Amino acid sequence: MQKRLLFDSRLLQITIDRLCQQLIENHDNFSNAVILGLQPRGTFLAKQLTKRLENMGVMQVPLGFLDTTFHRDDFRRRDEPLQANKTDVPFLIENKEVILVDDVIFTGRSVRAALDAMAAFGRPAYVELLVLVDRLYSRHVPIEATYVGRKVNTIDTQRIQVEWEESDELKNVWLVNHEE
Amino acid sequence: MSKLKTKHLLGIKDLDKEDIALIFQTADHFKEVINRPIKKVPSLRDVTIANVFFENSTRTKLSFELAEKRLSADVINFSSSGSSVKKGETLLDTVNNILAMKVDMVVIRHGSPGTPHFLSRHIDANVINAGDGTHEHPTQALLDTYSIRERCGDVAGKKVVIVGDILHSRVALSNILALKTLGAEVMVCGPSTLMPKHIESLGVKVENSIRRALEWCDVANILRIQLERQKTAYFPSLREYARYFGVNKALLDSLGKEIVIMHPGPINRGVEITSDVADSDHSIILQQVENGVAIRMAVLYLLAGYASDS
Repeated sequence: MQKRLLFDSRLLQITIDRLCQQLIENHDNFSNAVILGLQPRGTFLAKQLTKRLENMGVMQVPLGFLDTTFHRDDFRRRDEPLQANKTDVPFLIENKEVILVDDVIFTGRSVRAALDAMAAFGRPAYVELLVLVDRLYSRHVPIEATYVGRKVNTIDTQRIQVEWEESDELKNVWLVNHEE
Repeated sequence: MSKLKTKHLLGIKDLDKEDIALIFQTADHFKEVINRPIKKVPSLRDVTIANVFFENSTRTKLSFELAEKRLSADVINFSSSGSSVKKGETLLDTVNNILAMKVDMVVIRHGSPGTPHFLSRHIDANVINAGDGTHEHPTQALLDTYSIRERCGDVAGKKVVIVGDILHSRVALSNILALKTLGAEVMVCGPSTLMPKHIESLGVKVENSIRRALEWCDVANILRIQLERQKTAYFPSLREYARYFGVNKALLDSLGKEIVIMHPGPINRGVEITSDVADSDHSIILQQVENGVAIRMAVLYLLAGYASDS
């Protein structure tokens, strides 16, 4: 199994800082913004972002976790149902600027499901998408990220492997070649 | 693991500890869903479910129907009264005709024990037992144990007494099996005429005194006296039953401890349980009903989740 390092923890710090700066550029003081981390793995990044934003002097941004399992379009089309994760959105998103956060965008289908799942909590003013890794040329639906950590050319059999430390700190992100 | 080991839910007997844990875990998520402003998810939007009820039901039928609708399934309801069953059509013909209309799942309640098992051997759709005679009522036992878990933290190690008509009760049998699987201690209590022979072989204690039973337990699940299943008189009168086996406030107050009161409904107020007990803080009867929808959503979701050709 071959691996290529996409981010080490130092580069990750720089990238997350840059993403935060971009968010501040667009949302000013975040008075009307909320962050929704997609379960399971977007939640780590979402927590990191809110923490970093706070360190940069931005007021606390409401943070929720959204699970898309029940809204996926591959239910009854795989060998077994996907196990759900906790949805925890303790606020309404009616007229809010919603920033969806996920670690990787690949086919875009999870994000489509997330847009669907989100509707249960209100009609947002607008929705943006932030991802750490954008796998280019692999979309099944016309969905693109607003903020991107890094764009990567990949083939179908490759996987992005994101390593997290105990304290939710990001460590390394790898591009892994799977031998089929 | 995110897959049940069975394609049908015929009884608790077919489930092991991991299956029940998976159902509970999934129900947790659905409980969050049904407490949202918009209580619906689209998971089962391409699934059609037939609720086939050959026996009366309010709670179970409503609960299943609501669970199906909250999962966006298409629902058809069939009840035997006013149908061609009265003209002599057999069960298999009736169900095959319903299936010919492209139904994916069948929820069935029938007065004869084993009906869902029989159906599951003859049709392709997933079969869910919503009560078969005096045999099993698996979703009720799941929601009962789920409610105990919610109230007490865990089912394992809890002492649960099931009070009343054990002989005719499918709720009792399914509950005993579910509670034992999850590691609870189980006692049954009721008049000896309503106690099945050899019930001890299921690994339960038997007690004839309601006071001693309540002193022993953490949770009391009080069953309904099933007047419709008692062709012979098992006890002299309802009044006598209420006096010897009814749970009232004075009895609970004299125990010197708090126990959780459950009832699968419908309640015969003043017979097996008095109103002040049924409506008290110790009673989780309405939580049971709420959890019923979440549990049934979980069961439907997990059973429907297989690829259609598998």
